[in-house]
Amino acid sequence: MKSGFFGLVRNGFVSLSSIFTMVVTLAVIVSLMFGSAILSTTLATLKDKVDLNVYFVIGSEEADILAMKKTLETLPEVRSVEYISDDQALVNFREKHKDDQSYFKALEELDYNPLGAALNVKAQEPSQYEGVAQFLSQTENITAADGSVLVDKINYLQNKTVIDRLARLIGAAETAGFIATIILVIISVLITFNTVHLVIFMSKDEISVMRLVGASSFYVRGPFIVTGLFYGLAAGLITLILAYPITLSLGDLTENFFIGFNLFDYFVANFAQFFLVVIGSGLLIGAVSSYLAVRKYLRT
Amino acid sequence: MIHFDKVSKVYPDKYVALEGVSFSIEAQEFVSIVGHSGAGKTTLIKMLLAEDRPTEGKVHYHSTDINKLSRRDINDFRRKIGVVFQDFRLLPRKNVYENIAFAMEAAGRTDEEIEADVPYVLKLVDLENKIWNFPGELSGGEKQRVAIARAIVNQPDIVIADEPTGNLDPINTYEIVQILKKVNDLGTTVLLTTHNKGVVDSVGKRVITMERGKIIRDDPKGNYVL
Repeated sequence: MKSGFFGLVRNGFVSLSSIFTMVVTLAVIVSLMFGSAILSTTLATLKDKVDLNVYFVIGSEEADILAMKKTLETLPEVRSVEYISDDQALVNFREKHKDDQSYFKALEELDYNPLGAALNVKAQEPSQYEGVAQFLSQTENITAADGSVLVDKINYLQNKTVIDRLARLIGAAETAGFIATIILVIISVLITFNTVHLVIFMSKDEISVMRLVGASSFYVRGPFIVTGLFYGLAAGLITLILAYPITLSLGDLTENFFIGFNLFDYFVANFAQFFLVVIGSGLLIGAVSSYLAVRKYLRT
Repeated sequence: MIHFDKVSKVYPDKYVALEGVSFSIEAQEFVSIVGHSGAGKTTLIKMLLAEDRPTEGKVHYHSTDINKLSRRDINDFRRKIGVVFQDFRLLPRKNVYENIAFAMEAAGRTDEEIEADVPYVLKLVDLENKIWNFPGELSGGEKQRVAIARAIVNQPDIVIADEPTGNLDPINTYEIVQILKKVNDLGTTVLLTTHNKGVVDSVGKRVITMERGKIIRDDPKGNYVL
């Protein structure tokens, strides 16, 4: 432990360059964590905006509609079903067009509510709307208890192209994000590994002398692994300290750009997770890099 | 104690470093191995330290075949040998105390033993006033004395000194030889390789002369003759 710590201090400049290389690696990991969070939040928001509306024939019995709601809710792909009665539909319509007098006049001339009730269906995944739409295309599922036609219109077909495209886009973004994460982490780890390797290469004479006095592999490797752990710890703490002002300055910008996702709020709310991942990755990369780099010089 | 039995070493490029070398060294002997550069002295030392394996023949330490030792046993075996090199091979980022202490730590000695023995061994090589200096702050002769202190601190059975005076001036050379003789007088076997005639003649003990990988002379009370 003591040798590892002195190794860090007495190798001043080399230690500093290793720590900063690791800071870059850990910063990449933090950026990927933010990227992943931004992607999932944005996708969740977008997914939430997609729904399927079932409009009922005017004058349909509420009991029939609620029965259909219950049936839909039993489908595994359905996340939620919202019932909008014909009265509520009229209130919503008036609210939506409150600034347009022509709509009000048109409504006043009618002595009945021209709007039917509706069900807003949300699926677990955008790709599952097709299954729900198919379910609703079967006659027995959309007829009332007395056999009369219940459903006037399903708007899924109109939105189908947009929904399909969004589903594909979401899938592609998730796959691309995952591949980019893996590649970036591998590159960063390799760069860090090479830097630590360089530090240990400079100590190869030291290792050979240790071997000649009969030092065991554990004794030779120990101080280097401890130094690697110190590098990882220092790099992790620097990364977390740097992340604070950076996320703070980008907070408002990201909130406006990514549909309500504030980088700083996310960082503060999930600090424990960031702390564990960043410090853990730092310690792991430092220790593993040192272990593997020393191994090469332990063969004589 | 040490027995080389028809040891040959041929490198992959067909270079013959040792050819049929046989000799024995008894406990508490002081043996000088002399020869020009390329005679095979360093290869012979590598065989003895199990740093390299013979192409043919065997190297025995007491009844143990060195080349059949496991990794762990090689570490134990090396703790019975102290080595001094021409280029000192001190650890530049450790001070004099730590350079000696780490050899003791490697041998599994306790902190109390280390604190007691390091100053004692530095006194033996007359370097107790440089205990906290780093190697970069020492002269060549002082560095070599630290290397000898490191080599003897674990009370080894053998001290191997591979051209220990190669980088030193005549005064420091004389002092190093005197320290090695003192180590031998205290009961440790010393194996010295050198091509310095003055050193060999001043020791006045057994001399093995090598040429082109072979032993050409083995004199019990020899001088440097080539």
